[in-house]
Amino acid sequence: MNMTAWKTFSYKKVRAESAFKRMLIVIAIIMVILAVSIFLTLLVESMPSLKALGIKYLWQRTWDPVTNNYGALPFLIGTILTSFLALIISIPFSYAIAIYLGEYKRTGWLSALLRNIVELVAAIPSVIYGFWALIVMVPLIRNLETKMGVVTYGVGILSASLILAVMIIPYAASLGRELILMVPSALKEGAYSLGATRFEVLRHIILPYTRSGMLAGLLLSLGRALGETMAVTMVIGNSSLIPTSIFSPGNTMASVIANEFTEADRTVYLSALIELGLVLFIVTVVINIIGKAIIKKFSSE
Amino acid sequence: MKNRVRFRIGVSNVFEGIVALFAFLISLPLLAVIYYVLKTGLSKINLSFFSNIPKPVGELGGGIANALIGSLYIVAVATVIAVPIGILCGIFLSENKKSKLAYWSRLAVDIMQGIPSIVIGIVVYFWLVKTRHTFSALSGSVALAIMMLPVIVKSTEETLKLIPNPIKEAGYALGLPYHKVIMRIVLPCGFSGILSGALLAVARVAGETAPLLFTAFGNPYISHNMLKPMQSLPLLIFNYATSPYDEWHDLAWGASTILLIWVLLLNVTTKLITKRWKVQL
Amino acid sequence: MESTVITSENFNAYFGPNHVVKNVNLTIPKNNIVAVMGPSGCGKTTFLRCINRMHELIPGATASGKLLLHEDDVYDLNPILVRLKIGMVFQRPNPFPNLSIYDNVIAGYKLNGVKLPKNKRDEVVESSLTKAALWNEVKDNLHKKGTFLSGGQQQRLCIARAVAMEPEVLLLDEPTSALDPISTASIEQLLFELKKNYTLVIVTHNMQQAGRVSDKTAFFYMGELIEYDATREMFTNPKDTRTQNYITGRFS
Repeated sequence: MNMTAWKTFSYKKVRAESAFKRMLIVIAIIMVILAVSIFLTLLVESMPSLKALGIKYLWQRTWDPVTNNYGALPFLIGTILTSFLALIISIPFSYAIAIYLGEYKRTGWLSALLRNIVELVAAIPSVIYGFWALIVMVPLIRNLETKMGVVTYGVGILSASLILAVMIIPYAASLGRELILMVPSALKEGAYSLGATRFEVLRHIILPYTRSGMLAGLLLSLGRALGETMAVTMVIGNSSLIPTSIFSPGNTMASVIANEFTEADRTVYLSALIELGLVLFIVTVVINIIGKAIIKKFSSE
Repeated sequence: MKNRVRFRIGVSNVFEGIVALFAFLISLPLLAVIYYVLKTGLSKINLSFFSNIPKPVGELGGGIANALIGSLYIVAVATVIAVPIGILCGIFLSENKKSKLAYWSRLAVDIMQGIPSIVIGIVVYFWLVKTRHTFSALSGSVALAIMMLPVIVKSTEETLKLIPNPIKEAGYALGLPYHKVIMRIVLPCGFSGILSGALLAVARVAGETAPLLFTAFGNPYISHNMLKPMQSLPLLIFNYATSPYDEWHDLAWGASTILLIWVLLLNVTTKLITKRWKVQL
Repeated sequence: MESTVITSENFNAYFGPNHVVKNVNLTIPKNNIVAVMGPSGCGKTTFLRCINRMHELIPGATASGKLLLHEDDVYDLNPILVRLKIGMVFQRPNPFPNLSIYDNVIAGYKLNGVKLPKNKRDEVVESSLTKAALWNEVKDNLHKKGTFLSGGQQQRLCIARAVAMEPEVLLLDEPTSALDPISTASIEQLLFELKKNYTLVIVTHNMQQAGRVSDKTAFFYMGELIEYDATREMFTNPKDTRTQNYITGRFS
């Protein structure tokens, strides 16, 4: 009998094994604690504002720290306007990319090229997009505004929405591509064998099949748009008034936090900003969970 | 009948053309950004750019040394924090698919993946900045680490799930204890996937600004002290780009070029490394 | 007088509430090849995996009764120790894909942290590969990864890896079912050689293989040990009708 093999056994090894297993469990628990702590911190630090202003602060119209008047409606509107506008603008492009990569050109150099382009778009840091938009895009918007006879800020809701649209295209695009790839060939072949053209297969088979997944993709894109801070902050104009048109400057919940957090010198002021963070947290988390749940349901069917 | 068919085929072809057009239109903003950043930034870069710190307005010859060094420190520390924890969590999730703890842990990771980066910055501010009465590079690293964790956990979990069970069984049958089966068989087999997950996480946070706004905060001087404020590349770009001074805009352009090249390099490297280290299962 | 290596006394195994191995009693003598055969789902693989305590790695899997290695109950010892004394070869060849052939053979030592001097390592690798009838085919390629080997060669590599640990007993779970007939024949040939130094327990769904290879055969059906006898006896003179039906192919 081989004594060397036996010598490898020791109770130290058994203890090491249990310690390792326990460490894994501890780390998993730490994740849960981390997520919960983030939420609790936001909640606790929003308390002063919640107590002093109540929940109706969220739809008050005036935000004037100087007079200690806080109302978050301008930022809610700014957030909703920019995010939805960005989403709408991005839809045709995300869908086109998803369909192109999922159906027309799944492999080959053209496909790899487009995939790399989309990955690059996602990789560029937000602050660089913001800087570029500020220097290149805003003057163009200003020209547009001059031509239209509108007040020429250059910065504003439109600029923010445009750059945001570019930034969120990759997410819906790659998700959409994966969904389209999941459509069973049997379904498509059935249609082709009946003489359908590619367009008709897309229109009548593929797109309806992936509809719920695509919606989830849009939801996830929306989630990202809501939380995007830097590029938006740099071109949205930093105004606390309710935007009256897409050419007005404004602020989103994220950008007002970025702009005013370090200047908030009073507890209620700071707490009001944190409350915006709490709202952002809750909304983006809910959107993400719902979106992921829809996708999971879709892929398991 | 034939004409009808030709019409339908025509529609299909036109549609494909439209789809292709819209799909490739995304390269326009990409090229515009890359071209403009490189064009404007490259001319601003010279050797002193790397070795000097920003000079006060009006003086020439400023550089971004403080931001370069700061970024390195902050991202490196964030990586050191996030990678081991992320990999271990990924191991747990891939080994315990059905347990209750795995469900809640996975949910927690999913939640953290969706949190806006500025919110994470706020929270870490309360945890590590307000309590210590100072901004610090370390708090910035913690914020970045929290952002890196979901990426690393998910990619580790997905990689390890692909490793077939018989390989682990062979390890057990040789008398290996659990931790050695994981560390010496499973992890090496999944090395390429785990490495690419880590690199992707690094690439993602290297360009992040929002979490650092209220944590690392920025510093006009070079600092080697993790417990004090520190400058980082994205922070510098944000601060100087939104300033009214032309000299500072120039610095921001140069910094943007560096950051852009850095991020692109990381992405390319990730792809190459993943191919090279891939274990044929 | 043959000494007994493995004894099973009233042994039962469960997957949660499912009772898959029912009250098995048998003894396995030294340097024998014992075949365990039976139709799919009869519990033969489960029983085998209990012997080296691999069964319990599946969540919810339990066992009761006595399973002795010499005089020690395998379930009283630490499972890691049991697996060091009892080796296993699996149905699909599973060499470690990230290790070279050399490192695969020595994996039981290396991954366990045992540092052997280089000449001892080379010796173990060469002797194990020779015992597995693979040495001549790979001796010039020891430092390549094993993925270029054929199925039969990979399985022999796994045998070498198990044998390098010098176990007393070698368990083989349908070792040739994923292989072509020629590889199967060469591995069956190998088993006769291995028998000289080790005790082998081989699960097979191929009745003819049991007849060719083993000294004794155990027939399992629906979790129970129906019959256990010298192979020649069982195949020419089965005592239970179910054994007879299985052998004559009434069901498989």
